[in-house]
Amino acid sequence: MGLALLLVVWLITFVSTYFFIAHPSWMWLPPVATTYGPQIDSQFTYTYIAMGIVFVAAQVALGLFAWKYRDRGHAAAYYSHGNIRLEAVWTILTAILFVGLNLMGQHIWAQARFQGPSPGSEQVEITGMQFQWYFRYPGSDGKYGRTLAKLEDPSTGNALGIDPDDPAAKDDIVSSTLVLPVNRELDVTLKALDVIHDFFVPEFRFKQDAVPGLLIHMHFTPNRIGDYEIDCAELCGSGHYKMRAGVKVVSEADYQAFLKAPQQWLTEHPWNGPMSRGLMQESEAKPPAPALQLAMRHHQSQAENH
Amino acid sequence: MGTLRQSVGGSGRGDNFREGGGGGERYRPGRYEPAGYYERLRRYRLAVAVLLLSVIMIFVALTSAYIVRAGMGTYDTVTHSYVYDWKPVQLPNELLLLNTLVLVLSSGTLEMARRNLNARAVTAGLTGLPGVAVEPERSAPWLGITLVLGMAFLAGQFLAWRELRSQGMFLATNPSSSFFYVLTGAHAAHLIGGLVALFYAAFATVFGKSLATRRIVVDAAGWYWHFMGALWIYIFALLHFGK
Amino acid sequence: MGNVQNTPHRADVGVVDSSVQHAAHAHAAPTGFIRKYIFSLDHKVIGLQYYFLALASVFTGLILSVLMRIHLVWPEWAIPGIGIIKDEQYLGLLTLHGTFMVFFVLTTAPQSGFGNYFLPIQIGAADMAFPVLNMLSFWTTFAAFIVMLGAFFTVMPIAGWTSYPTLSALPNAGSLPWGQDLWLLSIALFCAASLMGALNFITTTLDLRCKGMSLWRMPLTCWTWFVTAILGLLAFGVLLSGGLLLLLDRNAGTSFFVPGGLVVNGVQQRHEGGSPLLWQHLFWFFGHPEVYIAILPGMGVASQLLSTFSRKPIFGYRAMVFAVMAIGLLGFMVWGHHMFMSGMSPYTAFAFSLMTMAIGVPSAIKTFNWLGTMWRGKIRFYTPMLFAIGFVSLFVSGGLSGPFLAQPTLDIPLHDTFFVVAHFHLIMGVAAIFGIFAATYYWFPKMFGRMMSESLGRLHFWFTFVGTYAIFMPMHYEGMAGRPRRYGSMVVAGGLFNRLAALMPLEKFISIAAFVTAAAQLIFVINLFWSMKKGEKAPVNPWEATTLEWTIPSPPPHDNFAGNTPVVNHGPYEYSVPGVERDYVMQTDPASVHAH
Repeated sequence: MGLALLLVVWLITFVSTYFFIAHPSWMWLPPVATTYGPQIDSQFTYTYIAMGIVFVAAQVALGLFAWKYRDRGHAAAYYSHGNIRLEAVWTILTAILFVGLNLMGQHIWAQARFQGPSPGSEQVEITGMQFQWYFRYPGSDGKYGRTLAKLEDPSTGNALGIDPDDPAAKDDIVSSTLVLPVNRELDVTLKALDVIHDFFVPEFRFKQDAVPGLLIHMHFTPNRIGDYEIDCAELCGSGHYKMRAGVKVVSEADYQAFLKAPQQWLTEHPWNGPMSRGLMQESEAKPPAPALQLAMRHHQSQAENH
Repeated sequence: MGTLRQSVGGSGRGDNFREGGGGGERYRPGRYEPAGYYERLRRYRLAVAVLLLSVIMIFVALTSAYIVRAGMGTYDTVTHSYVYDWKPVQLPNELLLLNTLVLVLSSGTLEMARRNLNARAVTAGLTGLPGVAVEPERSAPWLGITLVLGMAFLAGQFLAWRELRSQGMFLATNPSSSFFYVLTGAHAAHLIGGLVALFYAAFATVFGKSLATRRIVVDAAGWYWHFMGALWIYIFALLHFGK
Repeated sequence: MGNVQNTPHRADVGVVDSSVQHAAHAHAAPTGFIRKYIFSLDHKVIGLQYYFLALASVFTGLILSVLMRIHLVWPEWAIPGIGIIKDEQYLGLLTLHGTFMVFFVLTTAPQSGFGNYFLPIQIGAADMAFPVLNMLSFWTTFAAFIVMLGAFFTVMPIAGWTSYPTLSALPNAGSLPWGQDLWLLSIALFCAASLMGALNFITTTLDLRCKGMSLWRMPLTCWTWFVTAILGLLAFGVLLSGGLLLLLDRNAGTSFFVPGGLVVNGVQQRHEGGSPLLWQHLFWFFGHPEVYIAILPGMGVASQLLSTFSRKPIFGYRAMVFAVMAIGLLGFMVWGHHMFMSGMSPYTAFAFSLMTMAIGVPSAIKTFNWLGTMWRGKIRFYTPMLFAIGFVSLFVSGGLSGPFLAQPTLDIPLHDTFFVVAHFHLIMGVAAIFGIFAATYYWFPKMFGRMMSESLGRLHFWFTFVGTYAIFMPMHYEGMAGRPRRYGSMVVAGGLFNRLAALMPLEKFISIAAFVTAAAQLIFVINLFWSMKKGEKAPVNPWEATTLEWTIPSPPPHDNFAGNTPVVNHGPYEYSVPGVERDYVMQTDPASVHAH
């Protein structure tokens, strides 16, 4: 039985470790697309190496001890109540390891969350409502128009409740696909209209709850052109799993073109996300119609409203 | 232990429940009670202390929620800014002060009952000695007064709620009124528990409890009751100063 | 204080002293069925009641998880009697799965079940300090269970076991009436029951220890039950408060957790001025200690068994006790690590993160000491020992993903993904379940007077151990790939977003592993009920263990020690003492057997 335990525990350890080391890309953190992402990934790697060593060491020792110290009819077990010195050494070592890892990662967090966006950052407002994301750009005046709860009504196309009487609202752009310029710092404002949602783009290494009653400012800089997926990562109701949207990181020229004529630009450059990775086996690729239609409907009704 | 059990008799194992008819194989809940008065007292005091710890945690949670909410700005969608919208409740201070007095007084009368029981326990054993008079039974009336005062406090709280309602301050009117009703309501609910214990203590004679049992019930209920008084003063202060 | 011991005054009392009259019957058990098995005051019966309640809950939870796994990979399957599982129902399934497992299994079985049964025996007491309260505590838990079933059969709540407002506070956001309200009511009842239980456990441990049973001679199981009770006492009151506030928000129009200006499904809400984060603080102030409420008793059992079956004293007994206390203490200072992404002030994340990493230290001490206990031992591989070793393995595997999630930086990509699901299932779920299994196999002979089948037990172990890893290890990879939790469908109809499609084969593998592992639990059930009737008769001390429960008959008599209160002369883990003939010294052996 000791041998069986040794074999099974070791096998589990080595299989798990094998997959952790020789990971195919689809079972690992997706490639980074923001400037601060690599730092997170390297912190992840350090933690993963440290924990990996402890994991293998502990499991190997467990299997080994189970086999080596099995009852073989040998003389009595070694009578010992422990060893204070070993205990102290082990405690100090783990304390250094855990606290050290913690301190190593803190500056990344501080950089991402303590500092505000630098002046001149591109502004985007991200609003979550059941079960749809809306993205608003302030337009040339750099100011978001006023929103009023009583005007919020997706059926009229004005889901955000933008007040048409506010001059600042005239040039606001609302889209249901997020288009971002590459290598520009973004000043992101997160809002939720009904329940808690969470804006999560794995490639950006970015995740933040959007909380009703709170206005949350975040900043990050996408640095790789491409189409990515936004998932809602906080249980928000029966359609939670449907609450996904597309994000396009585009060149500055494309971005300006988008701002000029959002509807037309998105028709010409539809979101074409992870399907391009060629990983599709389960279901056939279909044109990304619904998201775009929503965006279009939105702009049309916006235009009608104004 | 063995000798103790014999000598205490009345405060020992058998007294923790009412003796029914045949007895016999009947299952008796108090069986594992320790025999000695002090052992039992210690156990019940320990239990009350532990119980109060959990009550404290309930009110710690409510207090922190109260303080967080009172100091929190809420996001205003019209002005795009955080506004501090906490509108404190106008407390009916005179009435609440009166209630506080009633509750403090009830703690005093309960203490009188406890002392009477203690004195009776001391003097009861000395009946044979010349010059020693057995302390007369006065605990029941004192407990009765405590009960009345406790209920008067509850009635006073009810009046306070009515006064707020007449001002249009209901449970759901605004955050501070919600907290007022929740804090006072939670306190009242806990106080009712204390009243039940006091009722049990006051009528313990009727229920056929021994002197020792009554002393323990009054002692444990007393700790709880005094704590309820302190808790009320704390809540009152929180509502008054913590706006 | 009067010297009342010497002053019987029966005339005043008005009742005849009955202790003398009934001395002869002092140890008689109740005979009526209702008194004996239903409204019993005997801690052993109540412990078993809790155990079987947990057993019913664990199979409810298990079936729910199987349905979830079916829906995730074969959403088109029609389940007999249920039909095709819809995505909304998936949320209901996961909410109730979490609730049943966390509250009615992981909190109930290790603490209220085994704790109730063995705490009094292991400290040499005849019962818990307050038997009536104990009974009340069980029946309140039972009422909570029934109310939760009510939620199950009316409208399933969908807000998850964490029930975050505003989703859980606004009925038209999806937390429909009855389901969510019954859920909250059930949790409130459960809190009240747990508070009663905690009070009983603490008083019993402090006040009912027999002669010689100093705190430092208590088995580690008793220590963990004691510390768990303290955690429960401090944590459940907070959840109770939060739950009541949420109930008021839902039903009385208050705004504790709901801010103003919300529009849900086109309907403007009348609430104003609440904070959704407030609930998260209250919930996790309870929720994190709850994790330790689930796992600490398992740690105690693992320590007990590793020492017993390695025939060695536990390595570093006092270090183990201090580690348990440290885990309990730190457990109250780390709740914010569930909220790194919640919009809470990012500055507090520093402190919460540091405290959380600090919890790794006592956990590492425990692991080290378990390995140290096996080191140079003479290990006997009975089924309970297999599960204890499995516990250590799972504790290590589940624990080591903790330091990832404890760092706010790494929590950014991993929060609310399957990485978290893998983490807490391994450490809080399955490790704790392994503790329950280990305890069942270990104490079954004492509880039912018969041995469980070793061969069935081993079969059960291998299936469960390998199956558990097959289910939960791959979930780490899924989480890293960005697979969010609580998504009913991986691939949305229409095929728009297929980022996760590549994970489908892995999902299928997990589902199949889950079905096999779930089916293997039938081996356990068969073993359990078959052994109750047909198992080999158990001797008093089948494992040659040292603690007090092994000094009394199997099953124990009604009042445990038949009136002979034990006297303890030794520590709990005196195995292989040099110069002693037997390789174990019972706690009650005469002091002369082995001088300290």
